[in-house]
Amino acid sequence: MQRGLTKLGLTEIRIGGFGGQGVILAAVVIGKAAAIFEGGYATMTQSFGPEARGGSSSAQVILSGDPILYPYVANPDILVVMSQEAYTRFSPQLKPGGILITEQELVRIDQAPTGIRMYGVPATRLAEELGRKVVLNIVMVGFFGAVTNMLNPDNLRQAVADSVPPAMQKLNLQAFDKGFAYGAEMIQGLAEDKDAEQLFALES
Amino acid sequence: MSEALLDIPVNPTNPVEPFLRMDRMPHIWCPACGIGTTVNCFTRALESSKLNLDKVAIVSGIGCTGRVAGYANLDSFHTTHGRAIPFATGLKLSNPELQVVVYSGDGDLFAIGGNHFIHAARRNMDIKVICVNNLTYAMTGGQTAPTTPASVISATSPYGVFEPSFNLVQLAEAAGASYVARWTTFHVKQLSRSMEEVLHKKGFCFIEVISPCPTLYQRRNKMGDGLDAMKFYKEVSKVRNGAPTSECALTKSGEIVVGKFVDRDRPDYLELLRAQMTESLGDRYADPEVSCSEG
Amino acid sequence: MHADPKGVLTGVHFLDGDHACCEGTLAAGARFSAGYPITPSTEVVERFAWRIPTVGGIFIQMEDELAASIAIQGAVWGGAKAFTVTSGPGFSLMMEHIGYAAITETPCVFVNVQRGGPSTGLPTLPAQADMMQAKWGSHGDYSIIALCPNSPQECFDLTITAFNLSEEFRVPVMMMLDECVGHMTEKVVIPEADTIAITPRRFTKKTPEEFRLFEPQSDMVPDMVKAGDGYRFHVTGLTHDERGYPSMNVETQDVLVRRMHDKLKPFENGRAIYEAEFLDDAEVVVVSYGITSRVAQRALQLAREQGVKAGKFRMISAWPFPEQHIRELAGRVKAFVVPELNMGQMVREVERCAAGKAKVVSVPHAGGSVHDPDVILKAILEAAR
Repeated sequence: MQRGLTKLGLTEIRIGGFGGQGVILAAVVIGKAAAIFEGGYATMTQSFGPEARGGSSSAQVILSGDPILYPYVANPDILVVMSQEAYTRFSPQLKPGGILITEQELVRIDQAPTGIRMYGVPATRLAEELGRKVVLNIVMVGFFGAVTNMLNPDNLRQAVADSVPPAMQKLNLQAFDKGFAYGAEMIQGLAEDKDAEQLFALES
Repeated sequence: MSEALLDIPVNPTNPVEPFLRMDRMPHIWCPACGIGTTVNCFTRALESSKLNLDKVAIVSGIGCTGRVAGYANLDSFHTTHGRAIPFATGLKLSNPELQVVVYSGDGDLFAIGGNHFIHAARRNMDIKVICVNNLTYAMTGGQTAPTTPASVISATSPYGVFEPSFNLVQLAEAAGASYVARWTTFHVKQLSRSMEEVLHKKGFCFIEVISPCPTLYQRRNKMGDGLDAMKFYKEVSKVRNGAPTSECALTKSGEIVVGKFVDRDRPDYLELLRAQMTESLGDRYADPEVSCSEG
Repeated sequence: MHADPKGVLTGVHFLDGDHACCEGTLAAGARFSAGYPITPSTEVVERFAWRIPTVGGIFIQMEDELAASIAIQGAVWGGAKAFTVTSGPGFSLMMEHIGYAAITETPCVFVNVQRGGPSTGLPTLPAQADMMQAKWGSHGDYSIIALCPNSPQECFDLTITAFNLSEEFRVPVMMMLDECVGHMTEKVVIPEADTIAITPRRFTKKTPEEFRLFEPQSDMVPDMVKAGDGYRFHVTGLTHDERGYPSMNVETQDVLVRRMHDKLKPFENGRAIYEAEFLDDAEVVVVSYGITSRVAQRALQLAREQGVKAGKFRMISAWPFPEQHIRELAGRVKAFVVPELNMGQMVREVERCAAGKAKVVSVPHAGGSVHDPDVILKAILEAAR
């Protein structure tokens, strides 16, 4: 059960976007998957206040196999961004060797940070294909699950089901699956083409 | 002189005694103060209301009238300055079978407690507010209250009050009270009747009682003693039931309009709460059982 | 007595501290709350307002904190278990009624989710700067109990403890959260109702004729009654005798104030709630509470890795101050290190109890965030030198 957490140890994640994108829910789902369904520990905090209203929104999740002491994230291992502003603000904080996950149609990267792994997903467009743009956050969660491979996908999926109202469950699970499939395909493609991955890393 | 005229009982008891804590007498009020008169009227209203007095609670704030709770032989609460109404709100909501009476003064209810008054009236909280309005802060030595009429001399307005004062009955009506009346301590019969009426009326009820403070207000303004106050009330009072409350403002020596001004039926707070919750939650709504049980 | 299952949301949840605190109130049997919105505490009553109509109780949003803090006391005398929730500016307004609860011995719970101050300060960011106010904020001499959770799980658990202690000792009990704990989301396990111990209200068994409202029992605590049961009792904020009647003289004042003070002695002598680690060989003891205790734990681990004999004394009950423990430790350790999200409040108590026998090092923080663990580590290393 704890394969992901024991493998990765303490993992610090920041998720950023703008109000209405469901940043906090995405963080809740990831935290819940780790703390409740994976049997590990998770601490989620979010920024409150005027800066969290309408404009930008961000959440921090720390995952670990051991109890978590310090609750805040200074330099995330994984940064998930769904807005240009969040990218600009948080990308300098990403740890060397960290993972950057972007909503690729909302975040334009002129000069990519070096020494990191980078994955992009058109989450808004994928959500729109399902008929509801609002589930872009869960598409992001699915994609996150596939490309990081640190949490059992079933647990993550269960956390999605557990975090949304019953009437919204089906749609959100579809969103999760869609994001996950997109990510899994990308990872498989990269694995099949080692050269491509190296190229990708160089480009980053 | 005949024998019969001298037939005075050996241990005379006042008919109001069962309603008072006689072990706390004598009370602290000054000779000719009007508060005792209002308490007398209240006890008669309690008696004629036929309510089970175990289920009547009285809540006071601070000040001369704030001491009423301590003398009433009921479950009684002498709270903090201005906060009798929110205390009564909690008491009523946790134990709705209680008839909760707030008995306090004008400074307590309308200066420091003014905000609570308007909100309880707005909510139509099922409490009965009796305000003894002696137009001053008496307990602390006769300072200006939000009810003190213009040109009155007080301890903190030695050159005369210049601030406009509240018209309490208009304020109560505007804020949403279900029942609004005003009497003076000269109108003991009418006051008792009003008090009895509100003990049987649902919703937020307000009775203002104009009452003399001979020691501070009357004396300082050369208005004579307690008897002069009664003569003054008799002279200037005019019973106008149903009068628009906007026409009932008080002045130092002008007309005092008395009567019952408002008597309307509006759903009270608990009725509104139940209706809303039932509409929103249907069978899932659980009727409040607020009281905790014993072990 | 066990918790009423109606209020217990048994299961494993992912909740923030504010929401977990709300679940604690429901599990503890609170069926009445009056509140007034203030960041970062409002989520507690927002959840209560959402939950209580299906549990069976009442939430009322009052016109201000003065009203909220006295409405709950009206509800208690009507028979309810009740609480209110606030943060710094509202806590200041509630001081009036913390005093009223103390002198009328009204069992109730005040939740303060601390934010940076003074005044409006930092509405959305953490501090622990109301600790002295919790103890001394209302005028006059009185005693209260204050508990400091450091996780959402403890926000649930300790809220139940808070209600139980308030019934046992008939004092207002403060739940001293901070914004960080209040807004931090973690796993919260809510057990089955029949495993949650509840201290019932101790209603008098006496008849109205025999009953005296403030007659202390063997534990110095009087029995309770509620309005409407025929006792015709009188409650006042004035100094009062055992009947509850105002009696303003030196003798009555002495009896009342001493008893209010002394009735918490049994708690002070042996009931302090704390967490200790490595105290056997400790040369430096880190005294902390609330969110700071988690940050300090990390510093402590780092210090021990560097071979420093550092120990932990984490206050879970901060008031009454765990005086005996600090006095005992002071006789055998070199120093205390006291990190707090304030400019040095509880450290004064540590200093008082250390009484010069051990060095006391304050690690202040003005609030708005938590300490950098390295700052606490540095203080530990210096104190150990």
